[in-house]
Amino acid sequence: MTAILEIRDLSVSLPPQADRPFAIKDITFEVNAGEIVCVVGESGSGKSVTSFTVMGLHDKRALTPVAGEILLQGQNVLTASDAQIRRLRGEKMAMIFQEPMTALNPVVSVGDQIGEILEIHTSLSASERKAKVIQAMTDVHLPDPEKMYRSYPHQLSGGQRQRIVIALALVLEPVLLIADEPTTALDVTTQAQILLLIKELQERRGMGVLFITHDFGVVADIADRVIVMQNGEIVEQGPVDQVLGAPQHPYTKMLIGAVPSMDPPRREEATGVPALSANHLDKLYGNKGMFGKGRVVHAVDDVNFVVRRGETLGIVGESGSGKSTVARCVMRLIDPTSGEVLVGDTDIATLREDRLRPHRRDIQIVFQDPYRSLNPRRTVGQSIVEGPVNFGLDPKEAMERAQRLMSIVGLAPEALERFPHQFSGGQRQRICIARALAMEPTVLIADEAVSALDVSVQAQVLDLLDDVKDKFDLAMLFITHDLRVAAQICDRIMVMRKGVVVESGPTAEVFANPQHEYTRALLAAAPGHRWFDKAPA
Amino acid sequence: MLFYIIKRILMTIPVMVVVALFVFLMLRLSPGDPAAVIAGDYATAEDVERIREQLGLSEPIVVQFTKWLGQLVQGDLGTSIFSNKPVAELIAQRIEPTMLLALTTILFSVFVAVPLGTLAAYRAGSWVDRVVMLFSVGGFSVPVFVLGYVLIYVLSLNLKLLPVQGYRSPFTEGIGPFLAHITLPTLTLSVIFIALIARMTRASVIEVLEEDYVRTARSKGQSEFKVLLRHALRNAAVPIITVIGIGIALLIGGVVVTESVFNIPGLGRLVLDAVLARDYPIIQGLILFFSFVYILLNLLIDLSYSLLDPRIRY
Repeated sequence: MTAILEIRDLSVSLPPQADRPFAIKDITFEVNAGEIVCVVGESGSGKSVTSFTVMGLHDKRALTPVAGEILLQGQNVLTASDAQIRRLRGEKMAMIFQEPMTALNPVVSVGDQIGEILEIHTSLSASERKAKVIQAMTDVHLPDPEKMYRSYPHQLSGGQRQRIVIALALVLEPVLLIADEPTTALDVTTQAQILLLIKELQERRGMGVLFITHDFGVVADIADRVIVMQNGEIVEQGPVDQVLGAPQHPYTKMLIGAVPSMDPPRREEATGVPALSANHLDKLYGNKGMFGKGRVVHAVDDVNFVVRRGETLGIVGESGSGKSTVARCVMRLIDPTSGEVLVGDTDIATLREDRLRPHRRDIQIVFQDPYRSLNPRRTVGQSIVEGPVNFGLDPKEAMERAQRLMSIVGLAPEALERFPHQFSGGQRQRICIARALAMEPTVLIADEAVSALDVSVQAQVLDLLDDVKDKFDLAMLFITHDLRVAAQICDRIMVMRKGVVVESGPTAEVFANPQHEYTRALLAAAPGHRWFDKAPA
Repeated sequence: MLFYIIKRILMTIPVMVVVALFVFLMLRLSPGDPAAVIAGDYATAEDVERIREQLGLSEPIVVQFTKWLGQLVQGDLGTSIFSNKPVAELIAQRIEPTMLLALTTILFSVFVAVPLGTLAAYRAGSWVDRVVMLFSVGGFSVPVFVLGYVLIYVLSLNLKLLPVQGYRSPFTEGIGPFLAHITLPTLTLSVIFIALIARMTRASVIEVLEEDYVRTARSKGQSEFKVLLRHALRNAAVPIITVIGIGIALLIGGVVVTESVFNIPGLGRLVLDAVLARDYPIIQGLILFFSFVYILLNLLIDLSYSLLDPRIRY
């Protein structure tokens, strides 16, 4: 096998004020023609810095390669001139990115964006370019490329956009494809399709793929070889079967162990009093235009459920399934179009704002993004006591309550004096949980509350959620797209698609014996299914 | 889209009626006898009576307003008290210099400011950026009349490069004299708009340069110049266009001073002369006219958004 990419003793330094001197230190590995090499690690491991440095797209103000070399078919990328690097990009190496929603220019048609790369690197005429673009779009299995050529990114779905980015990357048939978390932002069924596509194109063209991911499920599905990175260093590398089957380094073992199992434990049926129920909940978006045209989206269609105290109900679905809309409706962050939302015995679905306010404390929510759901200019303590004080609690008592809650969520009470940016993602999510609990709610909604966290942190936060649910006898509504996570924490789950509940039941039953074909498709699409869930079903 | 344009045009009608009402009341609600106010301190009783008749001030106020609105709808803005000419005609006579000065100023400002702002954004934090921002702060701070006289002193009196004052029409007197006379006022007026637009361009482009699609463009091997032109600037355009629109609106206010400094017979001078002479019909007519121009500008700006960004559809 011939090495396409050789990285030798590469070190990249961080600016002086950073928490460590090197983003990556002394890393050595190669990518051969016709193989997929996965670089796995958690946030801060240096895996993305590695990929961006190869492309010369790293942030040049903060990151400086200080030692080693990066050889692309023998040519050292680090010493190449800007013009040489620009020629290599697109012709020899290409990259696909994590966020298909933002990776494409919103004001240029997708056909022109693919055509641009031909314009830069070839002397083809306009009509030849167009023919080649259409061919590239056909290769990534986009429907009706002739028509889609003129579409703008916002008119396409996430999966379609990622296919456009792949078509763009591969139109000049580079020898090396760098994929930086290309499926992380996609739904699980779309992810499975994109992984399949990358594998298909890689095999057909015999190119080398450097695939960056945090997800061992994806690794199991796609990798030939695996490189595990931690804090900027490679801790383990080898063929996929060896690394997954007999991991040597404790960090690798920990990462693999933290992948939640798809095999839900048997759980006791909850017998508490109903804390939250929805009856015939409906939410319509959009309006009929002045001439009756307009578009109406049925975001939530006749959804019914009951959550008892001490019970966790999971709502599982892909983007656009309506799962988050349900959460917002039951919290009255948005107004449901029709139906009942019972908190205890009170229907809050149509309560006026002033009558609703006393009930607000009963339902609290933890959001997905711990980086944005805390006010950066207020101390953690201020954020936590704000709610109880609004409801008339004495500020001193509120602060005492906040201190108790901090130790419950596993943080030091002194942390109340600090600001959100001084905490890691997992710690911030703990703070958000403490903030929700400070209101002494009966219902806790977790809206993708662990989706933005690294897998090892995810496990800890899931444990914490389970603990506080028992401790405070909460009814928990757990919203997620991740079946593995749902399997770990939910007593019962509801599977939603396009606003409709297609299946619901005790978690173990739904996983063991899915009735609806959509549930079966979701289960089958979960990455790493072959490797991590050999035994069941 | 067409539906939206029609809706927007229809929406201007109530706005214009409110403006008209305000303009109408401005005269009637001023303290004392409006006719006496207009006639001034040294007017005779006959003068006051003549003005009262001319403005129809002896009739009930509602009748006055409906009559006046009726005239407005027919394009009759009233008659000047002093020159006895129709206000619409006076505006038409003076519109050319003002519009051409506004046009040259905006074109010049945009051509200088957008590249300058983009460059500052691309080299954010460098000395180029600092120089541009320094100029920008300076440009905001210097009053138009000070700058105008300084430029006259340096460029016209000392270096004798350009004529000091006056205006030549490009249509009747040729393009050469027009350019010679319009250059100084254009330069004077442009400084503040260059400052404004360059600042907004810089802020907007800096933000866009952080976007993922700029990285995608670089990953294609695109040159930095084209990354800026094709990907950054087009996406940064909406706030820039907005500020250009605000600029044009401010410009119309700014020409009053500039036209006085450079002795240009435009609408700005007409405003000044009318205010000094208390020629209320002209003032009213001009306020109505400028309001209409503002509303039209806003419509054009809103429509231009959808041309620049396919995601914006009305």
